[in-house]
Amino acid sequence: MRPLRLWVHILSSSALVEIRDLNFAYDKRAVLQGINMTFHKGKLIAIMGSSGCGKTTLLRHIGGALKPTKGYVKVDGKIMHELSQDGLYEMRRKMGMLFQFGALFTDMSVYDNVAFQMREHTELPEELIHDLVMMKLHAVGLRGTYNLMPSELSGGMARRVALARTVALDPMLIMYDEPFAGLDPISLTVVGDLIRRLNDALGATSVIVTHDVQESLKIVDYVYFMAGGVIVAEGTPDEIRASDKEFVHQFVHGEMDGPVPFHYPGGDYRQDLNLRA
Amino acid sequence: MSVTKTISVIGHRSVNAVWRIGVASRFFTLTLMHSGNGFRRYNLIVKELFSTGVMSLIIIIVAGLFVGMVLGLQGYETLKRYGSESALGVMVALGLVRELGPVVAALLFASRAGSAMTAEIGLMKATEQISAMELMAVNPIARIVAPRFWAGVISMPLLAAMFSAAGIFGGYFVGVVQIGVDEGSFWSQMQAAVDFKHDILNGVLKSFVFGVVVTAIALFEGYDAPPTAEGVSGATTRTVVTSSLAILMLDFVLTAMMFGGNE
Repeated sequence: MRPLRLWVHILSSSALVEIRDLNFAYDKRAVLQGINMTFHKGKLIAIMGSSGCGKTTLLRHIGGALKPTKGYVKVDGKIMHELSQDGLYEMRRKMGMLFQFGALFTDMSVYDNVAFQMREHTELPEELIHDLVMMKLHAVGLRGTYNLMPSELSGGMARRVALARTVALDPMLIMYDEPFAGLDPISLTVVGDLIRRLNDALGATSVIVTHDVQESLKIVDYVYFMAGGVIVAEGTPDEIRASDKEFVHQFVHGEMDGPVPFHYPGGDYRQDLNLRA
Repeated sequence: MSVTKTISVIGHRSVNAVWRIGVASRFFTLTLMHSGNGFRRYNLIVKELFSTGVMSLIIIIVAGLFVGMVLGLQGYETLKRYGSESALGVMVALGLVRELGPVVAALLFASRAGSAMTAEIGLMKATEQISAMELMAVNPIARIVAPRFWAGVISMPLLAAMFSAAGIFGGYFVGVVQIGVDEGSFWSQMQAAVDFKHDILNGVLKSFVFGVVVTAIALFEGYDAPPTAEGVSGATTRTVVTSSLAILMLDFVLTAMMFGGNE
């Protein structure tokens, strides 16, 4: 085998998620247009972009919650939208997803939230589930909260408990939807550090959908930038920091004006103020 | 132009209404299909029985007591004109087990437990708990909806029975203890006139039907609610309004089928 082909083979066989020519539209409004991405095993990938650019929609395609209008998402060799209901549920057991505000079950304690999937999907004895729950909570630093209800936790603590629940069954793919939204600086660093450490400890592959450029660039291996449903830039954190592309520069440095305009498109300002020219 | 627009709006609303009925029917069928799973984990049903049934007991018993007391007073005033005060027990018991027990208990159940179910499921949807469950490969219809549905169906006849029992006690208190109707006549005539199959079982059947309808409406409205504060509030209101109207309309249909002029 020639070296180049061998290299391509190694790369493609280590890909856990392959997204090819993915298109999706809500009614007639195109949200994703020709997306191509590859997530390699063991890597931590960030998908960044401004609100409404299609990041969360992309995550929902990876989880098999949406069906593309064209193209496909392949996870672990299986095309998600072609799976049957049972096949989809089988695949989802190997995935974990952390929602923006945790989505903890409010009628269950912290302990029951983390034990939820173990009880639903395994026949493990309660003593073993207890030990596993305590280990997961210890990993996120919240073992002492096991008997609290979600309403008794702060935003950052709820996010960490949700993280413990997400990794309860040691998933091969972990998805994070805006994990840093609304966190104070300490919680933000803690959650960021946990995401990296859990990914490495579990040997998992993680995808973070986020706005938080600085925190993400500290922990991820590769970054995709999206705008208007297409990929506008990609690269390692160092490449992104050094990028001279206008969009990336504006986003990374948080500038008000640039390719992403400050003003939402509207009519003539003078006319709206009833002023005569 | 305006005629075209009116026809278009009517057509659009009709299509939406038919669409919604279809979605609700599919939802109800899925709930029944996943009920076996719910019964295997009976502890979930027991937990829901507590929140829908036991937590509704106070309002049901207090309301039943007062309805029975009013029945006792009104019944005594009417029966006295015909010299039939001793038949007060029969009047109170028949009124309650055949009609007021199932209907008023179902109306109270819709306002107390039905609205709570809708709000709870609507908020679970708004806070992405249902999406989270789906992504954990757990079917939310089997885990959330089916146990609540059967808890509601089981609770309703029991609550209606409690309502009727409290009402009879209220009628006894006003008629016998306060007004002085003969206690022996009150109980013996009631025992002789109330038929187990014709009166009590028909009442239980009514409350069972109301339980199915109210719980199905409450669960569907919650599951179908737009995931916003306004959406959940609207769904809760729709649960109470739709359930109340459904109870009253079904009550007429069931009464006509059970007792309609054959006596």
